[in-house]
Amino acid sequence: MRTSEESPFANIDWITVGIYVVLVIMGWLNIYAAVYDEQHQSIFDISQKYGKQMIWILTAFILAFIILVIEADFYTVFAYAFYIFFLVLNLAVPFLGKEIKGSKSWFRIGDVGIQPAEFMKFATNLALAKFLSNQNLSVISTKRYKTLSDYIEMYKNTIVTFIIIGVPMIIILVLQNETGLALTFTAFIITLYREGLSVNYIILGFMAVLLFILSLLIPQYYFYIAFGIFFALWFYFGKHSFKIFFTKLAYVAAASVFVFSSNYLYSKLQPHQRGRIDVLLGRGEINLKKEGYNVHQSKIAIGSGGLFGKGYLKGTQTKYNFVPEQDTDFIFCTVGEEWGFVGSTLVLVLFAFLIIRIILLAERQRSEFSRIYGYGVASILFFHLVINIGMTIGVLPVIGIPLPFFSYGGSSLWEFTILLFIFLKLDAHRLYILR
Amino acid sequence: MNRYQKIQLSERKYYIIGFIVLVVLLYIIRLFYLQIITDEYKVYAQINAFEFLTEYPPRGYIYDRNGKLLVMNEPSYDLMVVPKEAKGCDTMALCDILQITKEEFIKRMTKLSLPPNSPRKQGIFEKQLSVKTYAALQEKMYRLKGFYVQVRSIRKYPKPIAAHALGYVGEVSKEKAEKDPYYKEGDYIGISGIEYSYEKYLRGKKGTRIIIKDVHNREVGRFMDGKYDTLAIPGKPLYSSIDAELQEYGEYLMQNKKGSIVAIEPSTGEILCLVSSPTYDPNMLVGGKERNKNFARLYADTINVPLFNRATQAMYPPGSTFKLIDALIGQKDGVLFPNTRYPCARGYPPMGGKPKCHPHPSPPDLEMSIQYSCNSYYSYVFKSIVENYKLWGNFENAYQHWREAVMSFGIGKKLNYDIPFEKPGNVPTIQYYNKVFGKNRWFASTVISLGIGQAELTAVPIQLANVMCIIANRGFYYTPHIIKGIGHEKYLDSTFKVKHYTYVTEREYYERVVNAMEKVVEAGTATLAKIKDIKICGKTGTAQNPHGKDHALFFAFAPKDDPKIAISVIVENSGYGGVWAAPIASLMIEKYLKRKITRPDLEKRMVEANLIKANIDYIKSGMPDKKKNITYKKRKRKQ
Ligand SMILES: [Zn+2]
Repeated sequence: MRTSEESPFANIDWITVGIYVVLVIMGWLNIYAAVYDEQHQSIFDISQKYGKQMIWILTAFILAFIILVIEADFYTVFAYAFYIFFLVLNLAVPFLGKEIKGSKSWFRIGDVGIQPAEFMKFATNLALAKFLSNQNLSVISTKRYKTLSDYIEMYKNTIVTFIIIGVPMIIILVLQNETGLALTFTAFIITLYREGLSVNYIILGFMAVLLFILSLLIPQYYFYIAFGIFFALWFYFGKHSFKIFFTKLAYVAAASVFVFSSNYLYSKLQPHQRGRIDVLLGRGEINLKKEGYNVHQSKIAIGSGGLFGKGYLKGTQTKYNFVPEQDTDFIFCTVGEEWGFVGSTLVLVLFAFLIIRIILLAERQRSEFSRIYGYGVASILFFHLVINIGMTIGVLPVIGIPLPFFSYGGSSLWEFTILLFIFLKLDAHRLYILR
Repeated sequence: MNRYQKIQLSERKYYIIGFIVLVVLLYIIRLFYLQIITDEYKVYAQINAFEFLTEYPPRGYIYDRNGKLLVMNEPSYDLMVVPKEAKGCDTMALCDILQITKEEFIKRMTKLSLPPNSPRKQGIFEKQLSVKTYAALQEKMYRLKGFYVQVRSIRKYPKPIAAHALGYVGEVSKEKAEKDPYYKEGDYIGISGIEYSYEKYLRGKKGTRIIIKDVHNREVGRFMDGKYDTLAIPGKPLYSSIDAELQEYGEYLMQNKKGSIVAIEPSTGEILCLVSSPTYDPNMLVGGKERNKNFARLYADTINVPLFNRATQAMYPPGSTFKLIDALIGQKDGVLFPNTRYPCARGYPPMGGKPKCHPHPSPPDLEMSIQYSCNSYYSYVFKSIVENYKLWGNFENAYQHWREAVMSFGIGKKLNYDIPFEKPGNVPTIQYYNKVFGKNRWFASTVISLGIGQAELTAVPIQLANVMCIIANRGFYYTPHIIKGIGHEKYLDSTFKVKHYTYVTEREYYERVVNAMEKVVEAGTATLAKIKDIKICGKTGTAQNPHGKDHALFFAFAPKDDPKIAISVIVENSGYGGVWAAPIASLMIEKYLKRKITRPDLEKRMVEANLIKANIDYIKSGMPDKKKNITYKKRKRKQ
């Protein structure tokens, strides 16, 4: 057994660090390409976004260094403290912060903007890991449950888990009006699945999404007819007991209510959100100059890249600002246009490699806290990857979340750096954990 | 949780990793589709970022046969606007300069903002500004955001002549622009005359400058530093066979008269002049607003029909001129000899003196028949040709033979010269007469007036000038052409170098006709055409005109033994050919061969005559003997 006198960088997984550095540098190069124009070429020109991003990157490296220097136990001990601190910060932001484009999630300090919602992710991940370590999601027992309090007892842990995830989510969604950021918290479903959440929840979730999409594409009465026929067949070929009859009826009724309410929910969405869903599903007349513009332009930029791309700094679509948000949420367009199929595939593979590596690292942890935290990191990265790239290639609706390490913005880069390096520190510390 | 459950749960990592791999694979497939398989987005990308700007080449100049400039270019200024960028410009100043109302301004801007135009695209706000307007605009330009002036070149004619031959340039029609990918709406194209038939040489080749634009439609640079730009290639100059001096003189002589003068050089087929009167100043049909106004005015003039090119499109019965062709075919067919004499009783005896004739010594021989233009004689000749059963078996065959022989002289068919919209004239077909009279129910006597160039027989002036070339050349012609060289290398299409032989090629047959034609001028029906030292061979004619006074025709070539010019002159509503048409032809020949006029009195009389006015008075007075002619024609058809 080694002693704690050893260097704080011993046992660090340098492969992960390497991928991290590569992704950050690639990100910066693409921001430079997206913002690039002939007049401003100095990479440290802080009037330009790539100059600012350079500063964010350097500070992120310093942050990573600090995280690695601090004792691993610090994160375990203060997990809840982090959670409470950022929760309060997020609650305060709508009242103290500055409103930017309808979103109330920014603190501005001089020229620099900080979005506390970003940091809520690693804080929530810490709290979740703390809560779930050495606990079961549901208490499995042979005892037959009779009373409500019995059921509460049985699902207590599940309920607390959902509260830990749900409270920041609702604050960010309702108070800060940041749909995309709020949605990232659903990524924890992967962690929960690993930690024993019943597959039924996941199937239920998939079914709900599927029904929601179908209910927007197909007239409602088809559903009711289909449910009716399904129910009749199900009942006819199943066991004929009175209780089962009502159970099945309840299922079908719930599905019907869901279909009905999903249409209602859709109609209550903000127009631009409805537009984004319409664009994706190809519903109605899509105006390529309005709601369809982003995705169309994004597809043009990526599609025009071809096999090897147009070459670095030679992309016409991104360079001349045809793609909106091309340095933040739509940064992947620059990759697609200038580096082509080869480059964009490489980025995807690098991300996949990083995420899978984190999962494998998580699996080798002795401490459950570290494992759960690791899964959280992988889940959040994966969720961002899927949503962000899915949106740029037109398979998912436009949800404004950044591509980790790539997108311009200090808060998100810091957040992902903190998220990842806490895990790396925990991983480096794994050998000190006694079984 | 027991150990077994823990192991079971840890197996879930495989599902999670599997799911991640699956999603990433699906995304790679999607990228493969977007970037490799479909081209759709590459096309969009081009439209997005590049704009292909058209560079207009200067149109080719046109020179006359002596190198004098006939057509040149002059810059014209179009006021362009990008509606989206014009927000907040000084509207009032602009309206003031262009003298338009604010409502008109809004109307135009709205039009330019709606499809197929776009608020981001440049559109023409006002075409071809006057120099004054342009100067006034230049001063205010800095206050007119979104507006700019585009320079294009328009035609300019140093001398206001040859409007019909040169034709004019105008905006390409919508249909043409859709059919021909070279043209875009708003482009210029030759619409008539040389401008039309030589469009593809004159226009040159448009160039393209590819510029890169950002999302705000601002130019940010040139694509690949202009590597893929194409330079505009200027249009080729054309060298016309027109003699500007002769053309101008012809138009001068024909003022206040309707008709045409076509002169051709027999040894080449080069058109020396192509006068159609009344004419107009070709400079009227350039320029924006003015052009449209002028065109409407010229188009609406139904009395003078100045836009009508009589030289190539007016079809007249060739009248007595046609007797020359009869004489040639008759000799070739062996039914007419120098000493053949037919009686004339102030008309054609077998049909009771119809067609009528005028007093002259009778019976004439071949030479005299031409000299005195005897109608009776050529009724006999025509009959002998189409009733030559020995040679052709029956009447229909003989008639068909006659028709083909006539058409070999370039009448009743297109000559395919290089002036557009040519009219073929007409030599009636067997089918036509079968339809009118019934099969086997018409004979030589039924259509006897064909023999003297009347009835349904028609020809256009340029064809008749071409007939003169044939006689001057003794048996062949070159397709007439108005352009003798394309480009600096003066290329001439080989079709204009081919000798077209007629049915009659024997020199002796021609010599008899030529000698008689000389007599026509010396002591026949066209003595007014006589010039000292130049042997002119000519033939008068009269084309019947049911709508007014008859048309005077005169055809000639000169000099007799070394023909340099063949000419057809038609003066409408002037009556007898020898009085008006022959002197004009004679003056033209003198001008061309001598470059000076020795008979100023004759010239003065010709120039000062206003036959248009005279004819209007004549029609008002009730056209005394015209009605008889019409009833005669009708009765004949009923036979
Ligand atoms: Zn006679």
